[in-house]
Amino acid sequence: MSRQLSIDVAIIGGGLVGSSAALALRGMGFTVALLDQGYCGAQASGVNYGGVRRQGRPIEQLPLSQRAHAVWPRLQALIGIDGEFLRSGHLKLARSEVDMATLEAYARETAEQGLDLELIGHNGLRERFGWIDEGVVGGSFCGGDGHANPRLVSTGFAAAARRAGVHVLENTPVHGVTRSGEGFALEAGGGLSLASRFVLNCAGAWAGPFAESFGEPVPLTRIYPSMVVTEPTEKVMSVNIGMEGGGIYARQVERGNLVVGGERALPLANADFSRPRGEGALAIMNNAAALFPGLRHLQAIRFWSGTEGAMPDRNPVISPSLTTPGLIHAFGFTGAGFQIAPGVGEVLAELVRDGQTQTPIAAFSIGRFAATSARTDAGSGAGQNQEPNQAGEIRS
Amino acid sequence: MSERPQPLIVGAGPAGIRAAQALVAAGLRPLVVDEAPACGGQIYRQRLVPDGRSSRDLYGSEAVKAEALHRDFAALAGRLDYWPQSLLWNLRDGRADIMAEGTSRQVAYDGLVLATGATDRILPIPGWTLPGVFTLGGAQIALKSQGCAIGNRIVFLGSGPLLYLVAWQHMKAGVAVAAVLDTAPFSAKFNLLRGLPLFPEIVLRGMRMTAELRLAGVALHYGVGDVRILGEERVEGIAWGAAGSERRLPCDGIGYGLALRSETQLADLAGCRFAFNARDRAFLPERDAAGRTSMPGVYLAGDGAGIAGADAAERAGELAALALLEDRGLPHDAARAQVLEAELARIGHFREVLESAFPFPPHWATAVADETMLCRCEEVRAGEVRRAVAGFGVHELNRLKAVSRVGMGRCQGRICGAAAAELLAHETGRDLAAVGRLRSQAPVKPIPLTLALDAHREAAE
Repeated sequence: MSRQLSIDVAIIGGGLVGSSAALALRGMGFTVALLDQGYCGAQASGVNYGGVRRQGRPIEQLPLSQRAHAVWPRLQALIGIDGEFLRSGHLKLARSEVDMATLEAYARETAEQGLDLELIGHNGLRERFGWIDEGVVGGSFCGGDGHANPRLVSTGFAAAARRAGVHVLENTPVHGVTRSGEGFALEAGGGLSLASRFVLNCAGAWAGPFAESFGEPVPLTRIYPSMVVTEPTEKVMSVNIGMEGGGIYARQVERGNLVVGGERALPLANADFSRPRGEGALAIMNNAAALFPGLRHLQAIRFWSGTEGAMPDRNPVISPSLTTPGLIHAFGFTGAGFQIAPGVGEVLAELVRDGQTQTPIAAFSIGRFAATSARTDAGSGAGQNQEPNQAGEIRS
Repeated sequence: MSERPQPLIVGAGPAGIRAAQALVAAGLRPLVVDEAPACGGQIYRQRLVPDGRSSRDLYGSEAVKAEALHRDFAALAGRLDYWPQSLLWNLRDGRADIMAEGTSRQVAYDGLVLATGATDRILPIPGWTLPGVFTLGGAQIALKSQGCAIGNRIVFLGSGPLLYLVAWQHMKAGVAVAAVLDTAPFSAKFNLLRGLPLFPEIVLRGMRMTAELRLAGVALHYGVGDVRILGEERVEGIAWGAAGSERRLPCDGIGYGLALRSETQLADLAGCRFAFNARDRAFLPERDAAGRTSMPGVYLAGDGAGIAGADAAERAGELAALALLEDRGLPHDAARAQVLEAELARIGHFREVLESAFPFPPHWATAVADETMLCRCEEVRAGEVRRAVAGFGVHELNRLKAVSRVGMGRCQGRICGAAAAELLAHETGRDLAAVGRLRSQAPVKPIPLTLALDAHREAAE
């Protein structure tokens, strides 16, 4: 059975970037198809940690992050649910004086960016956050950051896009994209052929082959963040917790469960899926018990992991194609895409409509890999215990 | 052979015990991991402390089988490793994570026999989460293991052979059984007559139990629908029947269950392929007649692979062990395997008869009220599931879990998953098979945050 669809914009990948771009484009009056090989929001966008955090990002990401920051409080109006977004504040902890100095340096470097970071010493931590282990030296607090429920936010954007008239096509893998006249021809699952003027490559960990097919290979690898969830308990943790140098991050959701991450999972036989390693999950659990002594009696009830695209410099690709007019890339968020994704969606829509955006994205050009011959690598990505959604551990 | 890791058997019920026995007989030294403090599984569960009750008191007509299993397993001591009170909470890449004696041990295995058994299948009804409501299996465990009843005046509700067995066991133990409420019509019981030629003793025993319940004055009601459990702080009674013809009974304990459901999480974590089983209304790991799964070296036996009962479990356990031996190229009794396969086939036919005598309630998903609690761990009501299905346009079970929290809590969907699938299928107008199954995640049961990895105590080399 063959079907044909002609639209202005075809978006490959129904994650948070793709679905927020779809919603924004539809709002501008474009006709849009949003294609996902599985279910929208079921990969990294829906199974990440849920940190909504600007603090710790590299300075070149902050303008984009600030743009997204304005979107989060408007979710109810935008997609019909608040996504359990909570402006709790994000507290980044320092285990040592050296780490504290790093936090202080970051606060100085980003002083003009509007993050309003507040440095807190040991005594301040004891007074305000007495549930944190007293061995922690200090921290940096960003009161405007918070956390949200990725399962709801990502799925909610796709559902809102559908209601707005976007053709949301799930279980519809894109088999091939070719240039056709002034636009593109896409062959997709279920015998679907699409003709579009623009293509957005928002395919996350699966974006590499699409870029490569237009002569733009990228060194995209995969990472598998690993999370542990405890049984619900009384509200103890008032803020989203990160750690300088990585290793642990934690938040307490509205229902009372702790969500704790910090190790990397490993892929299963089907490398599109992953599960935490037993010893990795135990390490996360033990770290949480040590950092939050008052919660050490809790039981872990659930683990999860997801598949995320990662770039070697830990910055995403958000870039018009340098080879093909009408093609725009947005992928490789390296475990730090959740907070900025709604901003990226707006930027992508502007790039389609205007050919440019006021938000600086030059640092995310796909051209930055031209010199280092790149290839798409679906390797394990096992490595450092960096904080998903917390790119702040990047230190140049 | 001594270089290879030992085979791992999960579960020390009828299937696990017979599997262990067959492997030991062939000269292997399996590791048997079981959550209970003593062997026997749920059906042949042992008392926590001696309390003067005889095997006959505990196991009735099955006392001989229970004693034989307990005795045979005890006789294997020294030729296997046995970790009671231990939880296998994760499987991956040929290694098991096992919580035992307060730490977590990583165990490499060569050959895995999953004999994980079953738990009660539940469909939520108003009041089912009130204190005083137990599953039929839970009521039976309380009676067998601890010699206590779940109430002073108990109603047993649901469907399946266990309904009458547990009611009868309580009656025999001197507990006041107020009534047995069977959700299936009486006419369905005539189907049991078809089972007479296959297993006359089982059918007749069931009839005798029913007759003894009646003689003892226990009211038996069939075709019971519109059930509401009554009470504010705990169970005070039960009501059933449509408005106008409503019946009520006071009680302080309710045993409830609609047959059993297989415990399949570990098979899923082991990577086994699943297929929908229309009779059990569930996805089950695929297996051949001997218990081989789609994963080399992983075998299934007993109710964990599809509900067939304890007699089948004993045979399936032995048969899976014989398959393991054959696959390893070790001597094995092929003639014995053929006999076991034939016996299992006969029990399988009888299982079809039982299903027709104790059918699944057909209209639950239509009737369940919006305010009825569906997922008790995450406190998600049926109406919230219906709204999530409509609002997010989901039609697959894992997506439903993602947007509604159903199946995300302490039980990981083991209690509510069947009901969530039924409701999702109904709401989307799809077949039960089409909505899929919940993907299993470790830990299969809750584990303490402080659980430490014991690097020094791996399995016996």
